Amino acid sequence: MTATLAPPSARPVPARKVPWGRYAGIAVVAVLLVVYPLVAKTSFLQTIGVTALTMAIASTGWNILGGYAGQISFGHAVFFGTGMYGTTLLVTGGWSPWLTMMPIALLAAVLGVLIGLPTFRLRGHYFSIATLAIGMMVMSILPNIQWLGATDGLSVPFLDEGFWNLTFSLRDKTEYYYTALGLFAVATVAAWLFLRGRIGSYLEAIRDDDVAASAVGVPVRRYKLYAVAMSAALTSIAGSFHVMFVTFVDPSSSSDLSLSTAIALIAVVGGAGSMWGPILGAWLVIALQEYTRTYLSATGRTIDLMMFGALIILVAVVDPRGLVNLVKRGYRRVRR
Amino acid sequence: MQDLLQALTNGAFLGAVFALAAVGLTLVFGVTNMLNFAHGDFIMVAMYAGFVCWSLAGIDPLIAIPIAALTLALVAVLVYAGIIRPVLGSTQLAQMVVTFGLLTFLRGAIQFAFTATPRRIEDPIVGGIRVVVGGVAVTGAQLVSAVGALVATGALAWFVYRTETGRALQAVGEDAAGASLMGINSGRMYGLTWALAGVSTGVAGALLINNFGIDPLAGATFGIMSFIAVALGGFGSVFGAALAGLLLGVVQGVVGLYLSGYTLTAALGIYLLVLVVRPQGLRGSR
Repeated sequence: MTATLAPPSARPVPARKVPWGRYAGIAVVAVLLVVYPLVAKTSFLQTIGVTALTMAIASTGWNILGGYAGQISFGHAVFFGTGMYGTTLLVTGGWSPWLTMMPIALLAAVLGVLIGLPTFRLRGHYFSIATLAIGMMVMSILPNIQWLGATDGLSVPFLDEGFWNLTFSLRDKTEYYYTALGLFAVATVAAWLFLRGRIGSYLEAIRDDDVAASAVGVPVRRYKLYAVAMSAALTSIAGSFHVMFVTFVDPSSSSDLSLSTAIALIAVVGGAGSMWGPILGAWLVIALQEYTRTYLSATGRTIDLMMFGALIILVAVVDPRGLVNLVKRGYRRVRR
Repeated sequence: MQDLLQALTNGAFLGAVFALAAVGLTLVFGVTNMLNFAHGDFIMVAMYAGFVCWSLAGIDPLIAIPIAALTLALVAVLVYAGIIRPVLGSTQLAQMVVTFGLLTFLRGAIQFAFTATPRRIEDPIVGGIRVVVGGVAVTGAQLVSAVGALVATGALAWFVYRTETGRALQAVGEDAAGASLMGINSGRMYGLTWALAGVSTGVAGALLINNFGIDPLAGATFGIMSFIAVALGGFGSVFGAALAGLLLGVVQGVVGLYLSGYTLTAALGIYLLVLVVRPQGLRGSR
C-alpha cells in the first residue's frame, strides 16, 4: 500500500526541455549588437544605434509595468525626464554622471510610487488616461519652472572626455554605443532578475485578471507599486544616459507626450510582456524614424510619422503580441 | 470684474465646443468600450475639410458644416471597418495602440498633404459680427460655434436617449451579447457609433475654423480636453461629458485671465483632483 504512494520528491520529474531556440536567439542578437558599430561606421548609423539602445532601456522599464503587469502607462516621459533633469543638475553640481544614476533612479522610483498610490485604484482605460493626464500636467508645468531652465532648458556642462565623465568623442560614437549596450545589458538582466520569481508571476496574474489574482491572495496594489518603482527607475536611467549623449534638456525633449507614447509603443511593436520586445521594437522604430526623417521628409517630420502610425496599426491588427511573436512563429515553421 | 465676466463668457463659449467633442468621444467609449485617442485629430481633419471647401470652392465654414460632418462620418466608418473591427476582440492594449497609430498616421498624412504651415479662413460670414451686452463682447464666431455645438450636442443626446436606434446603441453598450440575442446587430451599431462620433467631430471642426487657426496639431488640445471632459463627466455619460466640457472651458477662461501659463495645468489639476475624490467621475455610475 505504501509502495504506491511515493513521496513527492521521488515522483519522476519530466525532463525540462532546454530552450535552445531562446539561447540561439540571445546569441545571435548579442553578436549582432556587438558587431554593429564595427560595421556601421558613419555617424548617422551610430547615432541610430545609441538612440535605439537608449530607447530600449526606457522601454524595458515601461514593459515591466505595461507589458508584464498590464498597467498601460502613457506618462513614462515623466521618469525619462526625471533622469535627464536630475543628472544634468547633479553633473552641474560636480558629480560624475555615473554616480547620479542610482540616486536619480531612486527618486524616479519614489515618484512612481507617489503617482501609483492614487492611480492604481483605477483599472484599464481609466488608469491609462490618468497617466496621460499626469504626464501632460508635468509637461505643462515645466516651462514655468525657472530653476529647471523654463522653456530654454538646461545644458550639461562641458566635461573632459573619458569613461568616468561619460563623455566621449562625438566624431566616432563607438564608445557611446558600447556604453549604451552595457547599460542595456545591465537593465535587461535587472528586469529579468526582478521578474524571474514570484514578482513576475504575480504581475502576470494581475495583468490577466486582477480580480482573480486578488481572490487567490495576490496583494495586487503592493505588487503594482513594486512594478512601477522598478519601471520608473529603469526608465530614468535611460534618461540619465540620454542627457549625457545629447548634453541638453528642455521641456519638449524630456516630457513630451510623443516621448511617452514612443516609450510605450516601442515595447508594443517589439512585443509587450516579452524581454525581447523593447530591443526589437527600438531598433525597428528608431531606424525607420531616422531613415525616413533624413531621406524622405524634405518638408519635415511627416513621412516618418505616417509610416510609424501605419506600422503601429499594422502590429495591433495583425499580431498584437508584436514582432517577437512573428519571429517565433517563423522559427517554429522553419523547424517543422 | 468686467474682465472676469468677459473671461467667463469666452470660457463658456469655448466649453460648448469641448462639450460637443466630448460627447462624441464618450459615445464611442460607452458603446464599444474603447478609447479613441485619435478623436481630437478627427476634429483636426474636419478643420482641414472645411478649409478645403473654403479655399477651393469659396464655401463659407457655416455652409461647410454638413460637408465636414458627412466627410468625417465617412472617415470614421472607414476607420471602423478597416482597423477597429479587427481589434474588437483583441486585448485592451491592442485597442489603445491601434488608435494611437491612427493619431500618428492622421497627423503625418495631413502634414504631408498640407505642410505644417498654419492656415486660416479669411473673412468668414460671421467674422464681422460683434455683440456687446453689458460691457461683455461676444464675436459672431463665438456665438455661432457655441449655438452650433449646443444644438449638435442636444441632437446627439436626443438621438441616443429618445429614439429606437439610440436605445439599441445603449443596449449594445450595456451588454453586446444580450443585445444580439434581442435581434440587434451589434456590429452595425458599432459602425453607427463611429459614424456619430465622426459627425460630432465634423461639426465641431467646421465650427472651430471661424476663429481658430488650422494646423496638423490643432486637434491635440481638443482631443485632450475631450478626454478630460469624458473622464471628469464619467465615462459613457453623455450629459456628464457635456457638463464637464462646459466646466473645462470656463476654468480655462478664468485661469487664463490670472495665470496665463497654467490653463492646461488647471484643467488637468481639476481632473486629477476629481479622480482622487471620486474615481467614477461627476456622473459616472461605476
